[in-house]
Amino acid sequence: MGNDTVIGLEIHVQLLTKTKIFCNCSTDYFDQEPNSHTCPVCLGLPGSLPVLNKKAVDFAILTALALNCHINESNIFHRKNYFYPDLPKAYQISQFDRPLAENGFLEIRTEKSAESRNIRINRAHMEEDAGKLIHLERDGKTSSSLVDYNRSGIPLLEIVTEPDIQSSEEAIVFLQTLRSIVQYLGVCDGNLERGSMRCDANISIRNKENGELGTKTELKNMNSFRAIRQALDFEITRQRRLIEQGGKVLQETRRWDESSGKTVFMRSKEEALDYRYFPEPDLLPLFISQSWIESIENNIPELPDERKERFMKDYKLPHYDANRLVEVKPLGDYFERAAKNYNNYKQLANWILGELLCYLGQENIDIDKSPITPVALIELLELIDRGVISGKIAKNIFEEMFKTGQSAALLVEKSGSTQISNKEEIDDIIEKVVRDNCETVQDYISGKEKAIHFLVGQVMRYTKGRAQPDMVLSLLRERIDKT
Amino acid sequence: MPLNELSVVDYLNKMNNREISAEQVLKDIFNQIDRIDKTVKSYLYLNKEEALSEAKKIDQKIKNNDIPPLAGLPVAINDNICTGGMETTAASRILKGFIPPYDATVIKRIKDAGGIIIGKTNLDEFAMGISNENSAFQITLNPWDRTRVPGGASGGSAAAVAADETLIALGTDTGGSVRLPASFCGISAIKPTYGRISRYGVIGCASSLEQIGIMGKGIKDLAILMNVISGYDELDSTSSHISTPDFLLSCREGINNLKFGIPKEFFSQDLDRGVKEKVIDSINRISQLGGKIEEVSLPNMEYALPAYSIIAMAEASSNLAKFDGISYGLRIEDSGDLEEMYLKTRGSGFGAEVIRRILLGTYVLTSNHYEDYYLKAQKIRSLIKKDFENVFKKFDLLIGPASPVPPFKLGEKEDEPLAQILAEIYTSPVNMAGLPAISINCGFTEKERLPVGLQIIGPPFQEEKILRVAYNLEQELKEINSVKPDLSF
Repeated sequence: MGNDTVIGLEIHVQLLTKTKIFCNCSTDYFDQEPNSHTCPVCLGLPGSLPVLNKKAVDFAILTALALNCHINESNIFHRKNYFYPDLPKAYQISQFDRPLAENGFLEIRTEKSAESRNIRINRAHMEEDAGKLIHLERDGKTSSSLVDYNRSGIPLLEIVTEPDIQSSEEAIVFLQTLRSIVQYLGVCDGNLERGSMRCDANISIRNKENGELGTKTELKNMNSFRAIRQALDFEITRQRRLIEQGGKVLQETRRWDESSGKTVFMRSKEEALDYRYFPEPDLLPLFISQSWIESIENNIPELPDERKERFMKDYKLPHYDANRLVEVKPLGDYFERAAKNYNNYKQLANWILGELLCYLGQENIDIDKSPITPVALIELLELIDRGVISGKIAKNIFEEMFKTGQSAALLVEKSGSTQISNKEEIDDIIEKVVRDNCETVQDYISGKEKAIHFLVGQVMRYTKGRAQPDMVLSLLRERIDKT
Repeated sequence: MPLNELSVVDYLNKMNNREISAEQVLKDIFNQIDRIDKTVKSYLYLNKEEALSEAKKIDQKIKNNDIPPLAGLPVAINDNICTGGMETTAASRILKGFIPPYDATVIKRIKDAGGIIIGKTNLDEFAMGISNENSAFQITLNPWDRTRVPGGASGGSAAAVAADETLIALGTDTGGSVRLPASFCGISAIKPTYGRISRYGVIGCASSLEQIGIMGKGIKDLAILMNVISGYDELDSTSSHISTPDFLLSCREGINNLKFGIPKEFFSQDLDRGVKEKVIDSINRISQLGGKIEEVSLPNMEYALPAYSIIAMAEASSNLAKFDGISYGLRIEDSGDLEEMYLKTRGSGFGAEVIRRILLGTYVLTSNHYEDYYLKAQKIRSLIKKDFENVFKKFDLLIGPASPVPPFKLGEKEDEPLAQILAEIYTSPVNMAGLPAISINCGFTEKERLPVGLQIIGPPFQEEKILRVAYNLEQELKEINSVKPDLSF
């Protein structure tokens, strides 16, 4: 091949303020009655004026600081003029040549590479979200379109990277790392499917021999990590093939089409809109003082990297476990809530990363809505530790707990699956197994060591797994040696 | 005397003395409107029933000794200020049928103080114009001479005040839109400092220039309403936190030893001789009252008008882009697809002058031309601000004409887009610098007996000083101003 992939990302992060960026409407719009969270301001009614929500600025500064950006003292909002039915004022209040933050970086580490790399952040600026169009269909055609302005005016932070990303894998890791950070900061829930985090990408191929950067295309409409990876891979391959075949990449915007698995042409450079940016006269310039920045800087919460180090140190977890636990903040929180009253940390991590994530994944439930609470989980783990149930049985109990929400103790009692630690009870069963399997017993006596495991299995079968295998083994040896 | 001829000062006195009732005054006003507004055409919408029922409520309150500050004062509102439940069109077809679900902040403050909104007055469409001839619905006539224009953009409010169809009115001033019609209609009007009065609820056209103004029969009347509607509003980020003084108190003091600058650029060849005479006459009277008069220069004034036009048009093109026929206002339905509906709605919803300004405004903001026009205009704006700052280091106030010409004939300037703007030559620099200014009637031209307005300009938030001088001058000119337009038609 001999050519490099060059990717830059533009990420829109919805900021989790209680109210919208320029009015007092609630931002809790998802799954709400259309247009129920609106007012003259976010509907763009004649005469209405925007008033900046300071909390949105706080969140934007916080995020920019976590991305190692320089915060500009003097900020100006601009109008980005374009016409679209979901944009009630026919302009978006955004930032142009005086963005909130510039010149940052984010450190990422892919699974393949041993070393971490910095992806530079060009800028981060504040803007408002638009409404949403709902297209009604009849006979496969759009019969009418409706507008829901609940999303109109949700605060956004647009983060633009330099073209430092070299593969779709790196792009995904960058986005996962970023998502993890905004979740830790509490500024965004990072949900790509719901659109609280959205990503566009600029892609081009650099000629390795002469170092020349190829023409870039812009990719839109990727609504999941999977879609981003597929879209980037498709587009990279498309551009490489084009170049190899002596063709030319055209500067254009392309849309990821999920159903066909292709990127498709949207508009060319010539059709690009002239946004006629100019300073928003309805808002005053925003001055961000050093003390404002400091007050936020002093309150940056623990970030995923720091937490990972702490998990490895305090809980003696291996890097892999710690890394996976901290990536999604609520998962790390879950672990820590459980670890408060339970100190077999490695076993705890295994169960969370294994069983729990598996079941949650199957049912598509978020960790903070897990039917098994941290307290309930450690109750189960303690039963294993005390030898009341075996690890194998614990897995069945776990499944029941997950389905019913009942406690481990209750389920164990109900199913009678407490381990038999009563020697006499087991002795009776051993007696029966030895009598019924004379040949195998003879094989063992004559030196076939393995034959005893068959007998252990038989005992376990009769006890429905409730006996401790070690104990059964030694009791069996004792019994046969006696004869 | 019919009660519709009262000044606000007299109205409040008589109400406080229980000599009159709010209902009686309203009835006289609506009688006057019934009698003459078919001809003068000041109003686009009358709020008669609701106003009368409000008046009864306030009269009842007063009987119980609960007198609100404005005591049922009837106020007319320019139709580009949103009034909840009342159609608000900005005199544009595109907003026909738009009933705002909320009150502008000034409306809320007037209502809270016990004022009554009697109706919505005519203006040039989206406040773009100098004659009221750009209204989509009707042309208001000048009560002094019905062959002439009342001035614009807030011409409906000016004519309504001059013709005693209200006691006082609100207008908006983007480049002279309350001062110019006040000058043409022989009344007084103040455009306060940018930020003094909340713009929340004004149908925005040139957001960085426009400010709500008050139009009335006397200076104290303006001060009274200033007291009610001024002050910071959390709904308007550009409104100022500066405290609101009692503007009425400022009318008590004399003007001895105040220093007045006379900008020579305001007496250029564009200035009509008849207007000039009256303005100079008033300057002499101010001098006799103890004011110190000196000529000054605002060297960048010649660039003010083009720069003002670019900024106003640029902002308007953006502010008016949202009117698409979807959520409110006009929609032309007879078209096949969505795009055609947009085109037809906007094409027939806007008048010629508005379309001209949208096109020019769009052009100057395109990335290819931004630096040549918009950016340069902003630089000139800074220079103009500096010019004013410099003269206000030495002078308390500036004095000059409000308009270069007296009211002109209907249709006279219709086909002259440039003349539309030229009339604002002395008023628009004030908006560029965000300063407060007043226009007060200072007499009538010798030949045609047409009203002439004197403009007094002050530094930011010095409305008190302006009102003080205007009031002193008003007392001097009492005899001249006792003349009323002949409305016996």
